[in-house]
Amino acid sequence: MPDAERPPMISREDVLHVARLARLELSEPELEKMREQLNSILTYIDRLKELDVTGVEPTSHAVPMVNVMRDDVVVPCFPREEMLANAPDRAGEFFRVPRIIED
Amino acid sequence: MTDTPIHELADAYRRGETTPTAVTEAHLARIARLDDRLGAYLTVTREQALRAAAASDARYRAGKPLGPLDGAPLAYKDVLCTRGVRTTCGSRILDGFVPPYDATAIERLGAAGAVMLGKSNMDEFAMGSSTEYSAFKPTRNPWDLARVPGGSSGGPAAAVAAGLAAGGLGTDTGGSIRQPAAFCGIVGLKPTYGRVSRYGLVAFGSSLDHIGPFARDVTDAALLLRAIAGADPRDSTCLDAPVPDYAATLAQGVRGRRLGVPDEYFIEGMDPEVERAVRAALDVLRGLGATVEGVSLPTTRHALATYYVIAPAEASSNLARYDGVKYGLRVAGAKDLIEMSSRTRAAGFGAEVKRRIMLGTYVLSAGYYEAYYGRAQKVRTLVRRDFEAAFGRVDLIVAPMTPNVAFKHGEKEDPLSMYLNDVFAVPADMTGLPAISVPCGFSAEGLPIGLQFIGKALDEPTLLRAAHAYEQATPWRTRRPSLPS
Repeated sequence: MPDAERPPMISREDVLHVARLARLELSEPELEKMREQLNSILTYIDRLKELDVTGVEPTSHAVPMVNVMRDDVVVPCFPREEMLANAPDRAGEFFRVPRIIED
Repeated sequence: MTDTPIHELADAYRRGETTPTAVTEAHLARIARLDDRLGAYLTVTREQALRAAAASDARYRAGKPLGPLDGAPLAYKDVLCTRGVRTTCGSRILDGFVPPYDATAIERLGAAGAVMLGKSNMDEFAMGSSTEYSAFKPTRNPWDLARVPGGSSGGPAAAVAAGLAAGGLGTDTGGSIRQPAAFCGIVGLKPTYGRVSRYGLVAFGSSLDHIGPFARDVTDAALLLRAIAGADPRDSTCLDAPVPDYAATLAQGVRGRRLGVPDEYFIEGMDPEVERAVRAALDVLRGLGATVEGVSLPTTRHALATYYVIAPAEASSNLARYDGVKYGLRVAGAKDLIEMSSRTRAAGFGAEVKRRIMLGTYVLSAGYYEAYYGRAQKVRTLVRRDFEAAFGRVDLIVAPMTPNVAFKHGEKEDPLSMYLNDVFAVPADMTGLPAISVPCGFSAEGLPIGLQFIGKALDEPTLLRAAHAYEQATPWRTRRPSLPS
């Protein structure tokens, strides 16, 4: 856990780790700029630590809602051909991607 | 014809003074003449618009128009899916994407007889406050081409302000309808969260995304909202509440309403011309019979910081779908799936989108989740409580829309200074409360200033009445930018 008193300081390794999690390839100049900008934004966000949030329930949604249910009836879905029409690469009725499993 | 509100156009159609085709052609001609300079549109759907207008002509000839929006030429922000018409989100990553369906809001406007002129420009994935982050081109402010129109819905806002559309749709996740409306001198309405279905809206921050209208006046905003609002089985967060006839009760005015003015919305460093215009507007509202009192929203200085945790967190999750598999861009030559996605995303996303994805992924990552995301969700509760307390005393909150007028292209290079522009806008998104920006004056340089009203949940009727009363008592809506006619 980050130390609550310390200003955030994202390292180059942190940026690389987060970029991997986010599936984002960053160039060398992008990486350093990203590190600086994220640190600047996180320093601003740090003001949230001024507030006492003990016992405050989190809000995940602006309007409190419960589950919305509908009758379980079959409705038509989009034709396969229409959905595949946007695919950058396809093989018959499938989306084609680079090999995932080794021989 | 290109500076007339929709409700007046409809009257003229009914009287046979003009036709939807003539008005649509006038708007298309203006787009052809001016949009090279303004950059409001990404796609102009000329043929489709003329077909829709001809069908509308026929309905008026038969004496059977579909309603007040029949024949209204509109611009739609390019974040809303349109069946058969490319939808870019202002991004390269959706390269070649043609949606197989219409967004609910667009489908409903089509069913009401509205004419789509085209898809308009925006900051990539609605992330930005200036429309400079569009992957395709910047949009210019019709009042001063050296300045930004605001963002992220800068395209439709500029189109409406410049007479390149009679109205439009934008989206507001952190001010993206209201801030450009203020910068462009038009009306921009963000309804209550869930009032309008998000089906077919390309997701940015799912708990914060709102669709709403741009209009030349409050009456048009009321008509557009009524057409797009209401339950939709395709969006489970869409509210199943009756949709009032907002326009019908506008004349009831603001007399006897209690208006709260938050001290925290008059900050150090704000443009004194903006403050003067807003204070003068409060006098007008008093003159119309409203009472004005101070209220306090103490967490205002924390709301923006909260937003910049929650919105990027939701965005990082929503934008995970752009992996180069099902639609849009794919970079060739990758040796495996992860490399393909990582390189596709590197090539397809712009700098601001990458920043938000990185920030969002970081605040959600192991070890930081509670410190950032968990805490921000709790502060979001505190922001909501501030408004609940204020609305225990007043009917509406009135405040400046932005701390400043439209800034110049390239003026805000530091991401944080861009973010700070939305300091008065994000609380209404965080709380889901309905809010509207209406013009309340001009700076000495002739740039529009926006007045913001924030209402109680689902109380758009009171919100619109107050905005309408103010609008009718002031001359601002009659002023037009000096573009060639």
